[in-house]
Amino acid sequence: MYKYDQYDQAMVDARVAEFRDQAQRRIDGKLTEDQFKPLRLMNGLYLQLHAYMLRVAVPYGTLNSTQMHVLADIADKYDRGYGHFTTRQNIQYNWIKLEDAGDILADLAKVEMHAIQTSGNCIRNISSDHFAGAAQDELVDPRPYAELLRQWSSFHPEFMYLPRKFKIAVIASDTDRAAMRLHDIGIQIVKNADGEIGASFYVGGGMGRTPMIAPNIRDFVPLDQLITYSEACLRVYNRYGRRDNKYKARIKILVHELGAEEYTRQVEEEFAHLLEQGIEPPIAELERIKPFFADPAFEDGTKTVDRSDPDFALWVDRNTHRHKHDSYVSAVVSLKPVGGIPGDATAEQMHLMADLAKEYSFDELRVMHTQNIVLPHVKIADLHALWTKLEAAGLGTPNLDQIGDIIACPGLDYCSLANARSIPLAQKISERFKANGKEDTLGELKLKISGCINACGHHHAGHIGILGVDKKGVENYQLSLGGSEAEDTALGKITGRGFDEDGVIEAVETVTDVYLAQKEDGERFLDTYNRIGMAPFKEALYD
Amino acid sequence: MTDLLRFRDDTPTTDPVAAFETCCDQSNATAVRIEPGDDARALLTFLDRLTLVEVNFPVYGDGRGYSAARILREAGFDGEIRAVGDVLVDQLNNMRRCGFDAFQPNAPLDRADADAAFKTWPEVYQATTDGRNPIWNIRHGANHE
Amino acid sequence: MIILTGNDLKSGAVVWWDGAEWSLHIESAVDVGDEAEAIMAREESARRVNVPYSVEATLTDGIARPNHIKDRVRGLGPTVRPDLTLKPDNPAAIEEIV
Ligand code: SF4
Repeated sequence: MYKYDQYDQAMVDARVAEFRDQAQRRIDGKLTEDQFKPLRLMNGLYLQLHAYMLRVAVPYGTLNSTQMHVLADIADKYDRGYGHFTTRQNIQYNWIKLEDAGDILADLAKVEMHAIQTSGNCIRNISSDHFAGAAQDELVDPRPYAELLRQWSSFHPEFMYLPRKFKIAVIASDTDRAAMRLHDIGIQIVKNADGEIGASFYVGGGMGRTPMIAPNIRDFVPLDQLITYSEACLRVYNRYGRRDNKYKARIKILVHELGAEEYTRQVEEEFAHLLEQGIEPPIAELERIKPFFADPAFEDGTKTVDRSDPDFALWVDRNTHRHKHDSYVSAVVSLKPVGGIPGDATAEQMHLMADLAKEYSFDELRVMHTQNIVLPHVKIADLHALWTKLEAAGLGTPNLDQIGDIIACPGLDYCSLANARSIPLAQKISERFKANGKEDTLGELKLKISGCINACGHHHAGHIGILGVDKKGVENYQLSLGGSEAEDTALGKITGRGFDEDGVIEAVETVTDVYLAQKEDGERFLDTYNRIGMAPFKEALYD
Repeated sequence: MTDLLRFRDDTPTTDPVAAFETCCDQSNATAVRIEPGDDARALLTFLDRLTLVEVNFPVYGDGRGYSAARILREAGFDGEIRAVGDVLVDQLNNMRRCGFDAFQPNAPLDRADADAAFKTWPEVYQATTDGRNPIWNIRHGANHE
Repeated sequence: MIILTGNDLKSGAVVWWDGAEWSLHIESAVDVGDEAEAIMAREESARRVNVPYSVEATLTDGIARPNHIKDRVRGLGPTVRPDLTLKPDNPAAIEEIV
């Protein structure tokens, strides 16, 4: 894992001092709320439905047990004993006091964490593959590149007041586990015909009101031009992205309106200019970062799982992922207990996950964008012991990528922008499909729920997506089908008129019944949908 | 006229400040004011006759002026670049990194607050034209020109 | 009726205007009629409240019930965590607001 040196530490410490001062100036009335808002947002502090909310960055989703323990301590000391893991691999706390914000940031800084740029119209936390450094199918570990981008984007002087927020994801395998093409910039680390490593740039993806899949604008940027090319992409956006309408301000609209070709031409022109400016870090910096992500000392051991306990075998089948070392797997800790709140974890659970990471996973954890936690390097020989402890703490639900593994944004229970509640739907759907036994027959089915068009719950990318809308002050839900955020990226299509809460739960069951009736061998819900199209689902829903 | 906070040794120009459009046609203006939507690159052909470029920030949240200043500096402009309008103390540091060397905000700034703001960051990650050597160069004993 | 709500500047807690000061309890909210703007401007500039706004409500059993569900959720707390609402001992309170 990356470790701060004195420079990184000094930057984060300086930010704590700066924000403490800003918060105090607000409390003293030297700053109005209008002046303070962009400052607090750049430190991840929102004013939400019930209180201030603080979002803490987990860079590219990687953290160690010490950091996880501190996240738990913050939940206990400054919040109400829990935190919420988000779809951008971060964690947020719902009941923060402005007066405490400086102290919390100081606690975080002690373990090399922060809330820098977790909100605001700036470059946000860089996200990545949650199986990075462990997955069997990756070209290289994408995180050194993400770390380089983290440093470049932190306090970037030119890009703190972009037209809108800006999200970057970096992956390094053909299987996309980070919804890369649904980001403002998606970077895939690739190898070219000459065997050199470089970056393939996808720009202009996103969800929200107008979802778009990012087009590829350059298939190979050499590693010693990575930062310069990123800077060119951002500068064109900063100068020409729309600022007249918040809903048209994301880079996807610029790329769409200019056309990918024209946007690319402008980027290339800016890039040629910036190359002469010598802004690229020395390649030695990337070489300095890489060893931090070197493989831990894997040992050969058992390669097979004792499947005599069927509950354990089911968990292994569903919640573990193939590792590059054949004596290990990556194990997913589900934060989606049946009837639970997706992504929430109590302080005790966080402490436990930290302890288990220390004991079984070389002190490493990952946050998934699907709001679960990964222990990336677990010995197959240790799996049963791990599972037993997870089970006992309510963290052993065997539902990864099943219908119960629902992504749900906080919705109207916490979020001031919401139209409708998301969490109760997730709770009821997971309970219903557990009770009727269908979860086990459905296989991979990604259900995603957003409480408003901002799409934090990635509903556009759900095999089944649900969007909360406001129907004259009453909660209403639109259903969409056919989305995907994996390498077969697709945007879901709305089925038709919306439903009330009970109605949409019924509707989810109806569409899954259509799938079960029509599926052919080996087809997932999404495959069947792609084969038979919307019509049979519509018919079952509305006729 | 609000207070001018200036980080240059030369005397401020008293020439009239032309609007961007008139400046582009008018061959003798030495001071110009650009708005967020104006293309700073249009000034590059006659940079040598300019002593002052004012960059207006109608609202602090519109960050186009940061790019404008950097583009001018990257082209070698060494005259004054002055941020005017809705400029707050918390933005000064980044503005200076982008090439601004004078500030004339709507609401006057306290010199001491400004000095404190400039001292916030002991080092910087990125290379700009402000002469500061970025962290990743310091780590490897390199220098940014 | 028109009632006023906002958040406490330091703690962030949801507060309601009770005619004299800001209360944590929506039950204390009073109709401000056409005074809304004046009260909000005065209170915000004195930093006794942060980001106040006015809410249309209907008097129900003598208590202001906001017309929009969002403000009813604000008045109680997250419906998915009865233990964290202002009425942890009365789970039925959630049914009353949704
Ligand atoms: S999708 Fe909307 S309701 Fe959900 S968290 Fe995002 S902004 Fe809030």
